[in-house]
Amino acid sequence: MTDAARAVEDLHLQNLTKRFGDFVAVDDLTLTIPAGSFFALLGASGCGKTTTLRMVAGLEDPTEGSIRIGEKDITGLRAFERPVNTVFQSYALFPHLDIFENVAFGLRRRGIKDVKPAVEQMLDLVELGSLARRKPSQLSGGQQQRVAVARALINEPDVLLLDEPLGALDLKLRRQMQIELKRIQMDVGTTFVHVTHDQEEAMTMADTVAVMNAGRIEQMGHPADIYETPQTVFVANFLGQSNLIDGRRTGTSGEFGVIEAHGLSFMVPSDRCFCSGSDVTLGVRPEKITVLDAVDAEQVPDGHNRLEGRVTDVSYTGVSTQYLIDAPWGQELIVFEQNVVVGDRCSVGDPVILHWAPSHTFGLDPAPGRGAGIDPEVIEAERVNAHLRVRGAED
Amino acid sequence: MRWLRHHLIGIVAVAVLVYLFIPIAVIMVLSFNKPSGKYNLSWNEFSLDGWTNLCGVPGVCSSFATSIQIGIISTIVATILGTMIAFALVRYRFRGRSTTNLLIFLPMATPEVVMGASLLALFLNLRFPLGQATVTIAHIMFIISFVVVTVKARLQGMDPMLEEAARDLYAGPRQVFRYVTFPLVLPGILGAALLGFSLSFDDFIISFFNAGTLVTFPIYIWGAAQRGIPVQVNALATIVFLVALAIVLTAQFVNHRRRQALERSAVDMDTFSRS
Repeated sequence: MTDAARAVEDLHLQNLTKRFGDFVAVDDLTLTIPAGSFFALLGASGCGKTTTLRMVAGLEDPTEGSIRIGEKDITGLRAFERPVNTVFQSYALFPHLDIFENVAFGLRRRGIKDVKPAVEQMLDLVELGSLARRKPSQLSGGQQQRVAVARALINEPDVLLLDEPLGALDLKLRRQMQIELKRIQMDVGTTFVHVTHDQEEAMTMADTVAVMNAGRIEQMGHPADIYETPQTVFVANFLGQSNLIDGRRTGTSGEFGVIEAHGLSFMVPSDRCFCSGSDVTLGVRPEKITVLDAVDAEQVPDGHNRLEGRVTDVSYTGVSTQYLIDAPWGQELIVFEQNVVVGDRCSVGDPVILHWAPSHTFGLDPAPGRGAGIDPEVIEAERVNAHLRVRGAED
Repeated sequence: MRWLRHHLIGIVAVAVLVYLFIPIAVIMVLSFNKPSGKYNLSWNEFSLDGWTNLCGVPGVCSSFATSIQIGIISTIVATILGTMIAFALVRYRFRGRSTTNLLIFLPMATPEVVMGASLLALFLNLRFPLGQATVTIAHIMFIISFVVVTVKARLQGMDPMLEEAARDLYAGPRQVFRYVTFPLVLPGILGAALLGFSLSFDDFIISFFNAGTLVTFPIYIWGAAQRGIPVQVNALATIVFLVALAIVLTAQFVNHRRRQALERSAVDMDTFSRS
């Protein structure tokens, strides 16, 4: 682990496909994961992210395609022949072995006799040196998780796979472990491929996030880029929340496209419009919108996108206030406003004006079968979550 | 009345325990008896004859040894076969798997008389000489069912990710079995073997049909019961009971120690996290 100079190589997935009967779990996936990066595969359950990971680990055979590390093709190698190790979702620590032997397992199987120094060093890295002779069942969830990481990392794999590694931990511990894992990754410089359904976790930890849906990658990039500039309706809704308004592109004005929707016209920067036809779904993140009382209409800066509406719900969540606003055409829009001033909030029934900078707008191809805008159930769930978060922060 | 209502459960429990253990207690007490007549049924006089002269009555010790021998051999064979069957049933999909699953249960559901009689018919038809071999074969047959059921449950309860983790950590198929699967299933196998041995040692009906002139311990007691059971039988029965009790107590003790260690470490962790 000490020699940071150890040559690490990129992981290449080439046309990787996995079918279970008629069901396509992973669909023609081609992807390069740069050496030494912290890469997150983000998606809802059943999107194929875990199957992808298992194929890299060698626990599942791909139907088609190949997996390479650098120039070396590992597609045909069996799990125990691959320079890849996994941190399993439920840790899968061997209950009959103590922590030391769990961590030493991989070394011993490769016939390494003197495992003590390496194991001790590894246990120190994850700060569990004092618990070497405990059995896994005697450890807390967070400690077990660290053993699982140590057990995989001690083998100095070319790639470390993490399958929802924090899923079983409570929120506070999860935050702690996110930072911890990030630290370990920076220490050892190994390529980490992290599978998760938790967008916050993916964004906090990874340098590159790939959003997966129905066996394909929808969008890949730096977390901030994906969040600020989603390129598909799925990403816009899956990673954070978005207000999506269906419209039609009617022209251009300078470097902006003009979108007509419900009798209003909105501006979208041309380089943020990922749309092939003239039907465009226009999007803006809830925190980018400013809410103004209708009487303050003259405060709207020139050139901003704007629309009028009526407040239907206000939830105060401490850091911010979340408004639900009925647009004239009946769509419900969501707005987050930071609570920078005390008091002075709009209340339910108030007529308001929403406005935002055109540069914060993005244009997408409409998603078939999925109405633009936010599913009311999602909003409801989010509202409940927000309340819970506030309460959680108090105690 | 109030007192009774509060203590009723305790009273009933004690009564049931007494009911369960009186026969055993009687056997143990009478092992120190010097019977006045043929039958060792009523207390006469304290004596250690049964214990100091365990093999004093012809046939007692040889039948005991026979039963132990049959028990050990049939348990070993049945445990190995049953464990392999359990692995096959849990791990592989093959034609006739569900039928096998069903048939494995059959010996447990069949009345012993029927099984004993049909085995006898089979051995006679094959002109197979009755004796220790036929009894052992019969015992293996019914023990297998219990082994399969026990080991299967253990295997099914095992997290499949543990084996995947082992494969991921450079263990080839043999090593996965040796270092992960087998140690984890072992308690189930040992449990099955203990159960198998006690079933074999205890069996009278099936053994009786297929023993020919062979005398196992239960067959000896059955024969002796008609002429008067020698006091040595009580002593041997007491020994068997005490051995069984020792095994149970050891298991309990080990469990208790393990739990204590767990609690201790939990306390450690508590103080650790608080400081």
